[in-house]
Amino acid sequence: MYRYDEYDQAMVDARVDEFRDQVARRLSGRMTEDQFKPLRLMNGLYLQLHAYMLRVAVPYGTLSSRQTRMLAHVARRYDRGYGHFTTRQNIQYNWIKLEDAPDILAELATVEMHAIQTSGNCIRNISADQYAGAAADEVADPRPWAELIRQWSSFHPEFSYLPRKFKIAVIAAAEDRAAMRLHDIGLRLIVRNGELGAEVYAGGGMGRTPMIAPLIRDFVPAADLLSYLEAALRVYNRYGRRDNIYKARIKILVHEIGADAYRAQVEEEFLAVKALGIDPPAAELARITAMFAPPPFTTDLPDAIDLPDAIDRTDPDFAIWVDRNVAAHKQPGHSIVNVSLKPAGGIPGDASADQIDVLADLAERYGHDELRVTHAQNIVLPHVATRDLPAVWAALVKAGLAEANLDLVTDIIACPGLDYCSLANARSIPLAQKIQARFADPVRQRDLGELKLKISGCINACGHHHAGHIGILGVDRKGVENYQLLLGGSGAEDVSLGKITGPGFSEDGVVDAIERVTDRYVAVRQPGERFLDTYRRVGFETFKEAVYG
Amino acid sequence: MKLLTGNDLPTGDVVWWTGDGWSRHLVDAVDVGANGEAIAAAEQGARRVNVPYVIDASATPDGPRPAHIKDRIRALGPTVRPDLTLKPADASAGNWVI
Repeated sequence: MYRYDEYDQAMVDARVDEFRDQVARRLSGRMTEDQFKPLRLMNGLYLQLHAYMLRVAVPYGTLSSRQTRMLAHVARRYDRGYGHFTTRQNIQYNWIKLEDAPDILAELATVEMHAIQTSGNCIRNISADQYAGAAADEVADPRPWAELIRQWSSFHPEFSYLPRKFKIAVIAAAEDRAAMRLHDIGLRLIVRNGELGAEVYAGGGMGRTPMIAPLIRDFVPAADLLSYLEAALRVYNRYGRRDNIYKARIKILVHEIGADAYRAQVEEEFLAVKALGIDPPAAELARITAMFAPPPFTTDLPDAIDLPDAIDRTDPDFAIWVDRNVAAHKQPGHSIVNVSLKPAGGIPGDASADQIDVLADLAERYGHDELRVTHAQNIVLPHVATRDLPAVWAALVKAGLAEANLDLVTDIIACPGLDYCSLANARSIPLAQKIQARFADPVRQRDLGELKLKISGCINACGHHHAGHIGILGVDRKGVENYQLLLGGSGAEDVSLGKITGPGFSEDGVVDAIERVTDRYVAVRQPGERFLDTYRRVGFETFKEAVYG
Repeated sequence: MKLLTGNDLPTGDVVWWTGDGWSRHLVDAVDVGANGEAIAAAEQGARRVNVPYVIDASATPDGPRPAHIKDRIRALGPTVRPDLTLKPADASAGNWVI
């Protein structure tokens, strides 16, 4: 993992001191709320429905055990004993006191964490494939590049006041586990003629105007990557719509002028930027890359792919969990463990301080000290020896973290919704819980197979409803919660945007509608088809007819 | 009726205007009539409240009931965590929100 150097630490420590002074001035009245609000937002501190909310950055979703324990400590000491993992691979605390915020940030800084650029019109936390460094299908580890982009974008003077927020994702595999093309810029690392580089996609996003990012450059050599990003951001910064917040994201710019025109501008700017020499020298890149060297894997273990020979699967619950939540690792004898934060009746993405501590302990004992936060609001232990899976599972069961539902209908992404968020129009979490209850039978869940269900409580789409195989958007209909149903979205490599079925439903009504959709799927599917496959084969109207009759 | 609400500055807690101060409990809120904006300006200036605003509500035998669901959730707490609401002993408190 990356470790701060003296510059990183000094920057974060200085920001804590600065914010402590700003908070003191606000509390003493030397600063109005209008003056203070943009400053607190720059430090991830929102004022939400019930209290201040602090969003802590988890760079590309990667955590050490030490950092994870600090997150548990913050939940326990400064919040109400829990945290909420987000679709941006971050963590949020819902009950923060303004007067405590400087101390929290100071504590986070001791473990090389902060809340900088988790709000505001700047480049936000870089997201990445949660299987980075472990995936059997990656061409390179995306994390050194994500880290490089993090350093480049942190306090970038030219990009601290962009027309609107800006989100970048980095992946390095054919399978897209990070919704890469639904980011403002998505990078897929590839190797061409033996050289590492990246496909660059620009102008994707969700929100009120969802767009799939078009390909802007099919290969940018890795040695030019920062210069190319700088050029892409400069063009956006120059032409992005600052006059209309609803048209200010890069997706609108790319859509309005067209990908070709945007590309031409970027290429022209790139020629000028490259001469500035902002790409890192080889030694610096090597320094960063070295910090992401593979952990010291045990090499005398049986192949992870051949699980039945490697571990005892006689406990049926354990076997189901392995089949559902454990993925192949590129290192023989190792596995990737997905920890679902979607227990039946729970709150998607929430974990108690005690559970967070358990995850830290497991990572330390069995997982080479690493954890990942996923955009699906789950946790990954990326490097677990396959022979340790029974012990890890037993500990997860004890902690209430062994739900074997990865990518099933109950593995629901849900934003905090109107239970916490001041922007929301409808509640997301109670609806997620009702859907979980309706589909509680684990046999039925597994029979339905991969079915990604995503709920947003407002048009801002933090719950990624556009990318759900089944998506739900909560709206305010004359003061009453109402839910629109979308079908056919995907945030994966088969990316697509969901289509609204028609008139919305009450909370109970939309649960019934979802069941009519899944019943129709079961009735018309062919062997081996996922829900999304069937939907694409038979078409929207078949399912719309099922929903409305 | 009109209620005045906001957040306590140092803690962020949801607070309601009681006529002579601020309470964490909606049941203490009073009708501010047409005076809400003036009270809000004075109280915010004195840093006794943060981002105050006036809402519509109705009087009920159990106390004021905000007109909009968002303010009812602000008054109660998250409906999905009854242990964290202002009525943790009332298992059906969340029904009041609907």
